[in-house]
Amino acid sequence: MSNPIETKPAEAERPPGLRWKARFPLLSLIVERLLLSILLLFAVSVLIFGGVEALPGDFATTYLGQSATPQAVANIRSELGLDRPLVTRYVSWLGGALQGDFGTSWASRNSVSEQVGRRLGNSLFLAGFAALIAVPLAVGLGMLSVHFRNRMPDKIINVLSLAAISLPEFFIGYLLILYFAVNFGIATFPATVYEGMGFLERLQTIALPTATLVLVVLAHMMRMTRAAILSVMSSAYMETAELKGLSAARSIVKHAAPNALAPIINVVALNLAYLVVGVVVVEVVFVYPGMGQYMVDAVTVRDMPVVQACGLIFAAVYILLNMLADILAIVANPRLRHPR
Amino acid sequence: MRLREIPITAWVGIFGILLAIFCALFAPWVAPYGETEVVGGVWQEADAQFFFGLDNLGRDILSRLIFGARTTLFVAFAATLVSFSLGIVLSFIAAVSGGLIDTVFSRFNDLMMSIPTLIFALVVLAVLPQHILILILVMAVLDSTRVYRLGRAVALDVAVMEFVEAARLRGEGTAWIIFREILPNTLSPLLAEFGLRFAFAILFLSTLSFLGLGIQPPTADWGGMVKDNKDGIIFGIAAALVPGSAIAALCICVNLVVDWLLKRTSSLKGGRGDA
Repeated sequence: MSNPIETKPAEAERPPGLRWKARFPLLSLIVERLLLSILLLFAVSVLIFGGVEALPGDFATTYLGQSATPQAVANIRSELGLDRPLVTRYVSWLGGALQGDFGTSWASRNSVSEQVGRRLGNSLFLAGFAALIAVPLAVGLGMLSVHFRNRMPDKIINVLSLAAISLPEFFIGYLLILYFAVNFGIATFPATVYEGMGFLERLQTIALPTATLVLVVLAHMMRMTRAAILSVMSSAYMETAELKGLSAARSIVKHAAPNALAPIINVVALNLAYLVVGVVVVEVVFVYPGMGQYMVDAVTVRDMPVVQACGLIFAAVYILLNMLADILAIVANPRLRHPR
Repeated sequence: MRLREIPITAWVGIFGILLAIFCALFAPWVAPYGETEVVGGVWQEADAQFFFGLDNLGRDILSRLIFGARTTLFVAFAATLVSFSLGIVLSFIAAVSGGLIDTVFSRFNDLMMSIPTLIFALVVLAVLPQHILILILVMAVLDSTRVYRLGRAVALDVAVMEFVEAARLRGEGTAWIIFREILPNTLSPLLAEFGLRFAFAILFLSTLSFLGLGIQPPTADWGGMVKDNKDGIIFGIAAALVPGSAIAALCICVNLVVDWLLKRTSSLKGGRGDA
């Protein structure tokens, strides 16, 4: 490019974006993906706010119940700012949300952001800790099951994971509570954490919720890892590697691992995203002060600012994880850098 | 298909599903007590008279389990049916029409799928009035996004085949192509997916009921029964685990049948690919 002779007139006429894309294919793909996620997040915010407004049902009438006189309803609506036009409310809501201000709760009149700030850390701690255990375990079990494919260990793992997929989260949770907290008394329930709690003590408190979450995602993650590794191991180049006499370890390190990395990253990120949702039920089961419980409580009393804030945050984490999976997959797999 | 070729695991699954359907259909005759009838003390232990014991209000758990099969199966089945009809029709329209319609449908679907299902359901149910029909619709619409994705992928495979082109050339309309050309050729994988979605719908409904947003009391429903009895766990009373096991057992049964169906269709597909 620096050589002026090489710059032909046809190339100079090309839009600058295309040249930039050709020069930094990886970076431009990542930027593209980032922009797409931001766009998606914006669309989700419209969906969460606009969709909720479009649906029938009114907080003021629900809140007042039988005693809803038109005057009282109008008072509450103006007090909560519901009488302003939709677009105005959306813009001020989004503007606040971007600055970390989600308004005040209708039910408790407390700042939503304050609550969210306290609880989001708790939820992320629980989910992160569960992921720390579940990911290596799932990948290891997946490899084990591929190694013994169609033999006894593989079949046992297969049946157990099929059963685990069918178990609802709350069932696993209560089962663990009944045995470990009530019958044996070696774990604590409810899993109440508070500020100023020691790290070790905190870990001990969240042992059961973590175990539940691990069990919930482990089966899914393991089955998908197994499928991903299996498809790589049964490919033609692995057969070639074996036939030309490479040792098993060498063919796995040199040929299988680089190709299996992208699908495994994808599986892991997908299941981490699932973990974010699993947290909701597990928090309710274990009375854990996190985002999930906050949201469920708000939904039962129709406290919309809280519901919208929690919904947006959950969706944002989910989108973020999916984006991370895509970007990591692009980085790990050069073939994805040149789609089609 | 010969009966002997069905593996034993699939038979277990079929038996379990039929048992649940039987309970659901003949609940008033099968159940020893009424759905909301108080027959004894709170959380009374299981004995010969009350097979699973009594629940938090002194109602017979076995009877409520049988009546609950009714609600759980009906709502889950209705939601799956609606979600399938919606997802399949929209995805087939998208696959057959292509172009702008395909792009708009698919992008909107991507948008819907970018919010986790449970979170989306919580947001929507926070606004909508509590009614069983609304619950079914919400579950169906949210689930149809998954059906749409699969349906579009499957239909795209078939839509490029010669017989579809032939039908198009002889002037058949979109409806004919969807229902007479593509649907019969995609039925097998879609059937397996139906089972999978049904199992998911049972779990999803139970989760919503457990969170107190699904089916409202006093109607018996397996997820709601877990919620009713959850406080007993701390005292070592396993009443909440009975409906929980019922949910798990039914889902395992459905999954066993789906596993067998998937194996059948994948071998079918392989056979077609080789030819």
